[in-house]
Amino acid sequence: MSRLESALADLRLADTLASRDTALSRLDPRAKIVTTIAFLFAVVSYERHTVVALLPFLLYPVALASMGEVPWRWLARKLALAAPFAVLMGIANPVLDRTPMEVSQGVTMAGGWISFGSILLRFALTVTAALAVVAGTGMHALCAGLAALGTPRVFTAQLLFLWRYTFVLGGEGARMATAREARGGRGSPTLAVYGSLAGHLLLRAFERAERIYRAMLARGFDGEIRSVRTLRWSPRDTVFVAGWVAFFIAARAVYLPLVLGRLLTGFGG
Amino acid sequence: MSDHLVEAIGLSYAYPDGTTALDGASFRVAPGESVAIVGGNGAGKSTLLLMMAGLLEANAGEVRIGDVSVTPGSRDLVRRTIGFVFQDADDQLFMPTVQEDVAFGPLNLGVSAEEAASLAATALDVVGASHLADRPPYHLSGGEKRAVALAGVIAMGPNVLLLDEPTAGLDPAARRRLIKLLQAFEHTRIVATHDLDLVLDVCTRVLVMEGGRIVADGAPDAVFRDEPLLARCHLEAPLRWQG
Ligand SMILES: Nc1ncnc2c1ncn2[C@@H]1O[C@H](COP(=O)(O)OP(=O)(O)O)[C@@H](O)[C@H]1O
Ligand SMILES: [Mg+2]
Repeated sequence: MSRLESALADLRLADTLASRDTALSRLDPRAKIVTTIAFLFAVVSYERHTVVALLPFLLYPVALASMGEVPWRWLARKLALAAPFAVLMGIANPVLDRTPMEVSQGVTMAGGWISFGSILLRFALTVTAALAVVAGTGMHALCAGLAALGTPRVFTAQLLFLWRYTFVLGGEGARMATAREARGGRGSPTLAVYGSLAGHLLLRAFERAERIYRAMLARGFDGEIRSVRTLRWSPRDTVFVAGWVAFFIAARAVYLPLVLGRLLTGFGG
Repeated sequence: MSDHLVEAIGLSYAYPDGTTALDGASFRVAPGESVAIVGGNGAGKSTLLLMMAGLLEANAGEVRIGDVSVTPGSRDLVRRTIGFVFQDADDQLFMPTVQEDVAFGPLNLGVSAEEAASLAATALDVVGASHLADRPPYHLSGGEKRAVALAGVIAMGPNVLLLDEPTAGLDPAARRRLIKLLQAFEHTRIVATHDLDLVLDVCTRVLVMEGGRIVADGAPDAVFRDEPLLARCHLEAPLRWQG
C-alpha cells in the first residue's frame, strides 16, 4: 500500500468506527454537536496564559474517546498530522513575549513560553474532541445533526460531497502513484512530470465526481441528502448535554485544580 | 406511459470537446423486452444509456417513454420509470451503510422512512444481500457492491432497467448470480455489454453499435453468426460457441 493509500484508509476509519454500535454512536448527533460547541467555547474563553486551569477539560475528549471506543493510536496519529499548524501558530510567542511570569512559588518563566504551551494544549483538547466526535458519529449522521440544528442544507450536502470527493481524489492519486511505480518511475517526479500528473489527476477526479453526481441524480437527488436513519432525542441525550455543560461551567467558575489539590491534601493550605 | 414503450429517435450527441459519441441512433424497445447493446470501446453505449435516463441532453433527436418525451421537465416521471445501474458501483454507492444507500432512492421519491426501509429490505432480499445491510458499502467485494447498487435501483420500483456493463470486473460466480437475477426480472431491460455470453442468457434481442450508430438489430443467435460484423465492431463470437 502506498503512503497516500494508507493515509486514506486511516481517514476512512472514521466512518468505519462510527458504523459500530458504541455508547457514543448511540447518542443523538445533535447532543454531541451542542456539547462539543459548548466545550470549544469554554476552552477558548480562557486568558492566553492559562495552562493548569485547562487541565480538567481533558476529561471531555478522554470520555468521548472511551465512550466511542476510538483507538488512541488513531487519535494520536491524526493529532500529530495537524500539530505543525498549532506549532506554527504559537511559535512566535516565546520570541515576542519575554516578560517573566511566576508559575508557582519561586519558579518564573517567560510569558511567551506559557502562552505557547497554552495554545498547544487548547489545540490538543479541541482537535481530539472533534476527532472523537467524528469517529463516534460518522460524517453523514453529523451532517444530519447539523441540518436538524438549522445549518442550511446546501452547506451540509456540500460537506458530505467534500468528504466523499476527498476519497475520490485521493483514490485516483493513489492509483496513479501505483501505476507510475509499476512502470519504473522512482523518487520524486520532476516539475514537468509533476505538472502532467497533477493535471491528469484533476481530470480523472472531475470525471469521477461527475459520474457520482449523475448517479445520485438518477436516484432522484434534489439537493437534500435523505436517510432512513432518523434522529431520535432520548433522555440519555439530555443527561449527556446537561452533565457536561454543568461540568464546563463549574470548571470555568472555580479553579478546579486548586479545589482538587485541597481535597487530596486534606483541606490544608 | 402505462405500457413503457421506450423509443430513441435520431439521437445525436457530441461531447463538449467535439467527440461525436452518438450519430443518429434510433430504435424502439417493447415493454418487458430484454435488449442488449453491444459494441467496442467508445462505440457510444454509455452515452446512449445516459441519454435514455435523462442524464444527458441530446444535441438532436429525442427519447420517448410511452408518450412522454424525456426532457428536464419530465425528470420526476423519468426517475420513477427508469432505473440506471452504473458501470462502476463505486460511483453509485454514497451512503454510510448499505441499508441507507438502498433506501436513498425511495426516500427521494417521497415515500416515508418506514416504507423506504421496507422497500430497501425487499430489494436487498431480491439480490441476496440482506446480510450486508449494516455494513459500510466501501468495504464490500466487487460482486457485493454490484448487488447493492442493483438493489438501490430496483428499490425505486422502476419499469425499465438500464445496466452499463453489469458483469465487468465480476468473478465467474458473481457473474452467474447476476445473470440469474437479470433472467428473473420482468422489467424492460436494456444492457450495454461486451459479454456476449450474457447476451445469449439474458437477452432476446441485440443492437450492435459502431461509431455512435446502430449498425445491426436482431436476435442474438443470428447477429452473432455474422463474423465480419463482429470483427468490424471489435467483438468476438460468444465463448460457448468457440472450441
Ligand atoms: N466525458 C467525455 N468527454 C469527451 N468525450 C467522451 C466522454 N465520454 C465519452 N467520450 C467519448 O465518446 C465516445 C463514446 O463513448 P462511450 O459512450 O463511453 O462509449 P462506450 O460506452 O461504448 O465505450 C468515445 O469516443 C469516447 O471517447
Ligand atoms: Mg461504456
